[in-house]
Amino acid sequence: MLENNTAPAIKIEQVHKRFASLHALNGIDLTINQGEFFALLGPNGAGKSTLINILAGLLKPSQGKASIMGHDVVNDYQAARMALGVVPQELVFDPFFNVREMLRFQAGYFGRGRDNDAWVDEVIESLGLTDKAYTNMRKLSGGMKRRALIAQALAHKPPVIVLDEPTAGVDVELRQMLWGFIKRLNRDGHTIILTTHYLEEAETLCERVAMMKQGEIVALDTTANLLNKLAGKNLRIKLGNAMLPTTLLPLLKSGENGVFTLALTELNQVEFVLGELRKAKAHIEDMQLFEADLEDVFMSLVGSK
Amino acid sequence: MTLIDNLVSQQWRGTYTLFKKEILRFWRVAFQTVASPVLTALLYLLIFSHVLEGHVQVYKNVPYTAFLIPGLIMMSLLQNAFANSSSSLIQSKVMGNIIFILLTPLTYLQFYIAFLAASIVRGLLVGLAIYLVAIWFVDLPIAHPLWIFAFALLGSALLGTFGIIAGIWADKFDQMAAFQNFVIMPLTFLSGVFYSIHSLPPFWQTVSKFNPFFYMIDGFRYGFFGKGDISPWISISVVVAFLFGLAWLALKMLKSGYKLRG
Repeated sequence: MLENNTAPAIKIEQVHKRFASLHALNGIDLTINQGEFFALLGPNGAGKSTLINILAGLLKPSQGKASIMGHDVVNDYQAARMALGVVPQELVFDPFFNVREMLRFQAGYFGRGRDNDAWVDEVIESLGLTDKAYTNMRKLSGGMKRRALIAQALAHKPPVIVLDEPTAGVDVELRQMLWGFIKRLNRDGHTIILTTHYLEEAETLCERVAMMKQGEIVALDTTANLLNKLAGKNLRIKLGNAMLPTTLLPLLKSGENGVFTLALTELNQVEFVLGELRKAKAHIEDMQLFEADLEDVFMSLVGSK
Repeated sequence: MTLIDNLVSQQWRGTYTLFKKEILRFWRVAFQTVASPVLTALLYLLIFSHVLEGHVQVYKNVPYTAFLIPGLIMMSLLQNAFANSSSSLIQSKVMGNIIFILLTPLTYLQFYIAFLAASIVRGLLVGLAIYLVAIWFVDLPIAHPLWIFAFALLGSALLGTFGIIAGIWADKFDQMAAFQNFVIMPLTFLSGVFYSIHSLPPFWQTVSKFNPFFYMIDGFRYGFFGKGDISPWISISVVVAFLFGLAWLALKMLKSGYKLRG
């Protein structure tokens, strides 16, 4: 562990946030333990960024309490912010300085001095910024700016790291590199909280997931449990000579050019599907049974379907 | 600054880092932030001294050009102290990089001290540069150096604080330009930079006495010539009162997170 502290990395109790008539967060309760790799998912406007901004001290909760490593984000904000590194969603930068200067400034704001330089160098190297360390921020490409933004959040070596859409608009190579680095930080004991629209990332990386919708948490469980409980299985069939029997339409997830994907909640529904197809004298050209993914869970819980 | 970096204690390192960043921010564009105001002041000096030297004498035995220089120094010092904090804040807000400061454990007082100190440094630097260039051309006495220093320091602190308030309040560059052109500029020009308020009609003399810039410039000028339109003690009292008032407002805004935190 990075800090001799057994408090949860994040503890949120009955947090509400109101903006005039908009109730952006409606009684959020959430505990994230130290060392977790946690995903916060939800459609745009669900309240993810509002929640992150409350943790970061950029917004004050209208009601309720939030703490980071046991430090209240309002009453003990200095200790709370010392423990937190936030990678903002927007690609913001200071055009007056180079990458290394920015990282040293950022560490300095947190009281870290020259003794922290070795860590800054490590972050620069790990994020592939060595060649750009003395390049002015405004001259960096979008991908490089994103790396620098992540580096800035890590400059003071916080035990809890929040990444708000870190891979938005980032190419595959950089995404792989970023996740390699973030996974290493997690192995080293850092708690990682991630918001992303790439659900396969959350599925691959995160042990636990919270799904938000309209300011509320609608699902909170381990990724495996969510998939087991809610996702079920998908059956993809290719029919040569017939339309899908109407009795199977309630299971239909998608269908195009004679290829239909049916969402099954239980495995024994396969028998029912095959029976209906036999009755309809359908010719099955191909059939595949595969696990549903987090996207299916997401859509079933928060999607428009 | 490396030596200072090592000497600063952890408690003050955050404040010092923000101060250092603010200093480097204007120093990186020193042509615009230091050289340009010096040149502008010298052009004023050249034109006004050429036109009015020999025609106007404000104080006995003080040539008009010599009278003008402290006013120009103070005018530039005040404008640049204001510009430093206000432009830094509005740029950071518009570009979004203010978040890098807001995410840190810096207190509102540390935030204020760092921005204020950087504004003071820029104001004093511009003032000193104008003085050093001007004394090549004009013989300028120094009657009371402590008064000069006190008014320069307090004046740049007052305008640095005013800049923090404006920078927090303004949401776009247009609003900041309005602040500069409709508040700072008229108050500076109507404060006695180019004249003594005793040369004004009684009504405008009274109006001038409601302008805090008048006290800063008159007190600063007193430091050079030992003469002024008003006692330097009254001037410094007014300046200190305004500084406390604006500092209270700036700290209140920062503490509440007005326009910075939701």
